[in-house]
Amino acid sequence: MIKNPFLRTFQLGVKSLMLHKLRSGLTTLGMLFGVASVVAMLAIGEGASKEAQEQIKQLGSNNIILRSIKPTEEAVSNQSTRVSVYGLTDDDFDRIEDTFPWIDDVVPVRVLQQEVRFGDTALNPRVLATTAKYQEVTGRPVLEGRFLTTLDEESVSNVVVLGYEVSRALFPFRSPINERVKIGPDYFLVIGVLLPRVPIGEANQGAPGAEVTGEVIIPMSTGRKWFGDMQVKIRAGSRDMEQVDLHEIIVGVDRSENVPAAAAAAREMLGLTHRENDYEIVVPLELLLREQETKRIFKIVLASIAGISLLVGGIGIMNVMLATVTERTREIGVRRALGAKKKHIVMQFLVETVVLSVGGGVLGIALGLAIPEVVAYYTDMAPVVTPAAPILAFGISVGTGLLFGMYPAWRAANMDPVEALRHE
Amino acid sequence: MDPFASTSAVATETARAVAELKNVERVYQMGNNQVRALDDVTCRFNQGDYWAIMGSSGSGKSTMLNLLGCIDRPTGGEYYVSGTPVSSLNDDELSELRGRHIGFIFQSFNLIPQLNVLENILVPRFYLGEPGDNLEDKAMAIAERVGLGSRVDHKPRELSGGQQQRVAIARALINDPSLLLADEATGNLDTQTTAEILELFDELHADGMTILLVTHENEVGERAEQVMRLKDGNIESLTRNRHGAAR
Repeated sequence: MIKNPFLRTFQLGVKSLMLHKLRSGLTTLGMLFGVASVVAMLAIGEGASKEAQEQIKQLGSNNIILRSIKPTEEAVSNQSTRVSVYGLTDDDFDRIEDTFPWIDDVVPVRVLQQEVRFGDTALNPRVLATTAKYQEVTGRPVLEGRFLTTLDEESVSNVVVLGYEVSRALFPFRSPINERVKIGPDYFLVIGVLLPRVPIGEANQGAPGAEVTGEVIIPMSTGRKWFGDMQVKIRAGSRDMEQVDLHEIIVGVDRSENVPAAAAAAREMLGLTHRENDYEIVVPLELLLREQETKRIFKIVLASIAGISLLVGGIGIMNVMLATVTERTREIGVRRALGAKKKHIVMQFLVETVVLSVGGGVLGIALGLAIPEVVAYYTDMAPVVTPAAPILAFGISVGTGLLFGMYPAWRAANMDPVEALRHE
Repeated sequence: MDPFASTSAVATETARAVAELKNVERVYQMGNNQVRALDDVTCRFNQGDYWAIMGSSGSGKSTMLNLLGCIDRPTGGEYYVSGTPVSSLNDDELSELRGRHIGFIFQSFNLIPQLNVLENILVPRFYLGEPGDNLEDKAMAIAERVGLGSRVDHKPRELSGGQQQRVAIARALINDPSLLLADEATGNLDTQTTAEILELFDELHADGMTILLVTHENEVGERAEQVMRLKDGNIESLTRNRHGAAR
């Protein structure tokens, strides 16, 4: 026999609820799904947002990325052979380097369509021709070996830094350092391997149709020497020749406060010098801010959905409790006659409501934690469960129980004992 | 043997009033009409009394019961339970008074279905807020007393009507009340079981318990020591049964 008044009330509440198992079970469903959706959506939203923010941060929050894009009018042209000239030029690069006051580094990037081969294994990764500063600006660490140096650039060396994926594909069981891989017509000495990073959707603009498997990095001068400015894409029935000086210019700004000014200057400058819209400007900082705004909106939407579903769940519980109170009018009368004060009756029904809502809430938390696992299993998303989410959900379910239990309990307590005893 | 038999003669004058009504009236407002359910009732029930309160329906019997049980209050006059005037009490104090002094027994037993016999017996104890240490022993002792010693783990639905009423009686006794208030306690029972329950009341009376039986059955009323007949909200007669419990 439990003597603690609260525990006894709790035990009584559970017993009373167990008297109507189906009804109690169904009543908890509303809370269950409400809480589960809150927990699951928080985890998925947090995961998506974190992923997006990480991708943006990898671009470098102090960077401005200028990219060449092929103007659309040219794409619809039906010439069988032609050379299209577009995109960022070496002049653009020089102008930025010479005139922008806020910059730390400016890094040119050319993206070449070349086969990378070692032994029998051939891949079509993005071959980036760039300078030694690329590493500083993008902040990508080297897993082993070293990155390009100015010396490699000046001596036009045949050296290559492999992306992690390429390294794994070509050299599955050993270190690629000091091996020679064939890129296009010549052999390149592997000097380093980059740490892997989450692939960035936008950045993976490889050849159309070609499977993009990571990237390799060679010195800019070497790239120009072997592969020139012209790139030929062979498609069914046609050959596309493209001449693009630079596919990307990465501008490293000294301080993040100066990023908006530098971005505006780059927009203006390119707007003046380019007749066609053959470039885009990506400002990761702006993306980051936009992402944070998106996250904020997402949270508001989530809170609304959660609020509505918990409201529905709460009303469901209140409805059942009101019915229970009416059904147990006589019991209430009997208890009052046996000496129960109003507070005893309030406690009894409030505890029952809270047991219902918390029971639903706890099951909902369990379900809400399971859903992200399933999502993570079937997609490449990585939901993030913050410890705050289940605690919040638990608190909400207790709160909902108290809030929506208040009225039925109050009604039960304020029944006239004489009337209640007479109730059939 | 009645333990009070030797003292009752001298105690009569000074017998402690367990419940006392002074010019009590209870008026109900029904729309524009006033219904006088009880009209200027004065009476007193002493320690160890065994009364039957009788009357036809509409006689004020139920109103009387509700007032005596402190679940209702008089609209005029005063009702004292063990000397405490009821009208001065607030809702909580009234609840406590019920729990401490009144033992209710109902026609339809009114046990709590989700609790077993022992837990049902202990319900009033817990509302009193002073469970005490060996309350289970006490509940067991009372269960034995009413003849339910072997059934304390059962739920009410597993018991016969007579057994359920025994549980209700045990529940009414758990707080050592001043007054046992039975409302048609045998109304839902067959003749055989009625006899058994009335036997139990006789025993309790013999032990000195004050019992008020509200009933409309003459056979039941005759078992009491004294009978109060109500009519139209007034006391019609007060009589002493010759063949009531020896006293």
